[in-house]
Amino acid sequence: MLLFDLLSWGFILAGGFFTIVGAFGLIRMPDIYTRLHASGVLDPFGVTLILIGFMFQAGLTLVTVKLVFIVILLLFTSPVACHALARAALHHGIRPRLTDGSETPSKP
Amino acid sequence: MFTAATLAVLVAIGLTVVRAWAGPTVFDRVLAANTIGTLAVTLIAAYGFLTNRPEFLDIAIVYALLNVLSTLAILKFFRFGSLGDPEPRDRDAPREPSP
Amino acid sequence: MRHVSLILALAAFWLLLSGFFKPFLLLAGLGSVLAVTWFTDRRMKVLDFEGHPVHLSVNALTYWPWLLWEIVKAGWDVTKIILHPRLPISPCMIRVPTSQATDVGRVIYANSITLTPGTISVELESGSILVHALTQAGADGLATGDMDRRSTAFEAAR
Repeated sequence: MLLFDLLSWGFILAGGFFTIVGAFGLIRMPDIYTRLHASGVLDPFGVTLILIGFMFQAGLTLVTVKLVFIVILLLFTSPVACHALARAALHHGIRPRLTDGSETPSKP
Repeated sequence: MFTAATLAVLVAIGLTVVRAWAGPTVFDRVLAANTIGTLAVTLIAAYGFLTNRPEFLDIAIVYALLNVLSTLAILKFFRFGSLGDPEPRDRDAPREPSP
Repeated sequence: MRHVSLILALAAFWLLLSGFFKPFLLLAGLGSVLAVTWFTDRRMKVLDFEGHPVHLSVNALTYWPWLLWEIVKAGWDVTKIILHPRLPISPCMIRVPTSQATDVGRVIYANSITLTPGTISVELESGSILVHALTQAGADGLATGDMDRRSTAFEAAR
C-alpha cells in the first residue's frame, strides 16, 4: 500500500519535527511556566503524530487498537500532569515572569 | 521509517536530559522526567515495530499509566511532604466513624 | 445503563490486552469484569455521571475533532514562536469565566485549555479559571469564550 506508506512517512516526519521542536523549546524558554507550553507541543502533539504514523503502518489489526488506546491515554493524562505541575509551582511560590505586569497572581 | 522515528525521539530525549540536568527548580526536573517518560512510551512502541514484536505495546501502555502516576506522586510529595491523604474527605463517607 | 457500558468497556479492555480465547481465560476475564463493576458501584460509589460519563459519548464525536483541530493550530503557532530567533513571547495570566453547570464540564473545559499548546489552566476557582498564556494573542483568543461555549454545549448532553 503505497498511499499508506506515504501517509505514514508524513505523519512520522511531522511528529518527529514537532517532538524535536518541543524539546528544543524546553531548553530555550526562560521559566517553568513557559517551559510547560513548550512541553505542550511535544507531549500530546508530536508523540500523537508519531503514533498515528505507526497506526498507518500497522493496518487494521489489534496493534492499531492498542496504539489508539495509548493515544487516548496520553491525551487524557498529559493535561492532568501539566496542570498539576503548574499548580504545584504556583503554590510553591514561583512567580511567573509576566511582560505586561497586568495582573500578579494572587497566591491562593 | 521506524529508524527515523527512533532517532527523532532519541534526539528529543537528549535535549530533555539537558534540561533535567540544568533545571534550576525541582519542577523543571519533574517536567523533564515526565517528558522523558512520554518519549519512552513512543520509544518502546518504535522498538516493538523495529524488532517485529508488537507485544512491546503492552509494556508501552503500562509505562504510560505508570508515568502519570509517578509524576502526580512526586508533585504530591513535594507539596505535602508525604503521600498520605492530607485531609479527610468531606463529601464522601468518612474513613473513621465520627463520634 | 452505566453498568452495561462499563462491563462492555472492561471486557473489550481485557480482550485487547489478553488476546487469548481459551475457556479458562475467558471465565477469569468475566469474573474480573464483574468484580470490578461491583467494586466501583457498591464500595467506591464512583459509577455515576462523574465517574463514568457515558452520556457524553454522542457529543464527543463532534467536540473531539474540533478540539484536535484547535490543538493542531495552536501547536503550529507555538512551534513558530519557539523557532523564531528573537523568541517573541509575552506571557500573561488571565482569569476566564466558566459557564459549566457540573464539575465534569469544568474539568473538560480546564483540560481542553491545557491540551491546546500555549495556554495552561493553573488554578480552578469557583466560577473562573486562572490561565497562564504564552502570548497575549493566545490569551485574547481564549477570552473570546468560544471554547467555553463549546464545552458547555458538550457537557449539556443528557
